Amino acid sequence: MSYDPIDIALILGKIGLVFFVILTLAAYLVFAERKVLAWIQDRKGPNRVGPFGLLQPLADLVKLLTKEDFRPVGADKWLFYLAPAMAAIPAIMIFSVIPFGAPLTLFSHTIPLQVADLNVGLLLFLALSSIAVYGVALGGWASNSKYALLGSIRGLAQLISYELSMGLSLVPVVMLARSFRLSDIVAAQSGCWFIVYQPLAFLIFLISIAAECKRIPFDLPEAEGELVAGFHTEYSGMRFGLFFVGEYINIIVLGGLAATFFLGGWHGPLLPPVVWFSGKVLAFAFLFIWVRGTLPRLRYDQLMHFGWKVLTPLALVNILATGWFLVLKG
Amino acid sequence: MEAYLFYILAVVTVIGTVMAITEQHPVHAIVYLVTSFFSLAMIFFLLSAPLIAMFEVIIYAGAVMVLFMFVIMMLDLGRPSEASRPFLRRWALPMLLGGIILVSIVTVAVNHISSPDTSRMISINDFSVVLFRKYGVAIEIISMQLLFAVVGALYLGRKRDDR
Repeated sequence: MSYDPIDIALILGKIGLVFFVILTLAAYLVFAERKVLAWIQDRKGPNRVGPFGLLQPLADLVKLLTKEDFRPVGADKWLFYLAPAMAAIPAIMIFSVIPFGAPLTLFSHTIPLQVADLNVGLLLFLALSSIAVYGVALGGWASNSKYALLGSIRGLAQLISYELSMGLSLVPVVMLARSFRLSDIVAAQSGCWFIVYQPLAFLIFLISIAAECKRIPFDLPEAEGELVAGFHTEYSGMRFGLFFVGEYINIIVLGGLAATFFLGGWHGPLLPPVVWFSGKVLAFAFLFIWVRGTLPRLRYDQLMHFGWKVLTPLALVNILATGWFLVLKG
Repeated sequence: MEAYLFYILAVVTVIGTVMAITEQHPVHAIVYLVTSFFSLAMIFFLLSAPLIAMFEVIIYAGAVMVLFMFVIMMLDLGRPSEASRPFLRRWALPMLLGGIILVSIVTVAVNHISSPDTSRMISINDFSVVLFRKYGVAIEIISMQLLFAVVGALYLGRKRDDR
């Protein structure tokens, strides 16, 4: 196999762009969350650093980097240091399969706006999101603290349960698009978005991704009222920052996937594709923040019952119904 | 390029597996085993079998090992450093069986030098046609068995009222 240097440069360029945009967006999502929550609660939010508080993420970054980075007595050294990275890296890796715009044509060179167009793209997403579980589990376990361990056991159980309904809710999408390749799934929605055919699957997927990124009402692994801060209780400085940023990267990535699977990816009238895609991602991010400002937390047994006894059976019935629909349609 | 990647991944897989066996701490052993699953998945990917690679990660690294870890974290196995090292008499039979497998692998590898055809990607279509057309009955039987196992587990784990 030979490699064209232009292709390699293009791929490296795309990776750099994705990293830059996602990390910046994640930092500003933290800021946006504080602002929107403040707006919902009728207060001002961060407004001292820079105009409208726009430089707040930078100030937070400086604070996190200069804070003391300590390790509790009896913690498992290597796993304690590795866990934050294990939580953040899979999240950003998932973005490599998401098409974020229509293919560009520059100097008779077609550039797909996607880092890797794998024919198992959807499965790669499921694989990486199941790997991200280790960050939560090992982080809490390696801290050698009761609260952190309780948080990570909750996190493990929750992530395993909701991964199941998330995977099952994507089966109808694959049945309609007849492909695991994300660019094919987007192309199949050029006429009509899948949310029209699959409103139930969309709802199940939306609830499951809220649980996957551990947002209220599913934030039991880090419930501050009961577990101090859950699995990242013992982390400080930039290691805590990595867990935190990882969560926001997760919101962006899962929002992008929800847009790709159900809202037609970058398809949309008038505006350029990239704008449509980012608009959809930001809409999902706003929805998550809005939900956080509105809903209370579930109880742990309610969470488990809801996942196993409501979402999973519903997703299975939905797969069956989609199968019948496709067979009868011919 | 592919050959270098293969050797790197193969070394990682073997070291990860050996460490998973010799490591005394169960959680560390799980981390090593997951590492070796991950590099094994990449080897499958290099062999043009992306579907198997993804299954390796989703099922083994993402589901089976996570459940192992869940159980270990719930159980609190005490001080693992005090666990006794297995001695030779108990190891003789496993080593003999392992030796037989090793010899057969080496024999097969020496006699079939031609590497698998990696020029053609095995698509999900090909895979599922073979799986559900050719081995359809076997799949159905296995899935029935799994269903029985689930029902059995539910029966064993049910709440009893007579306490």
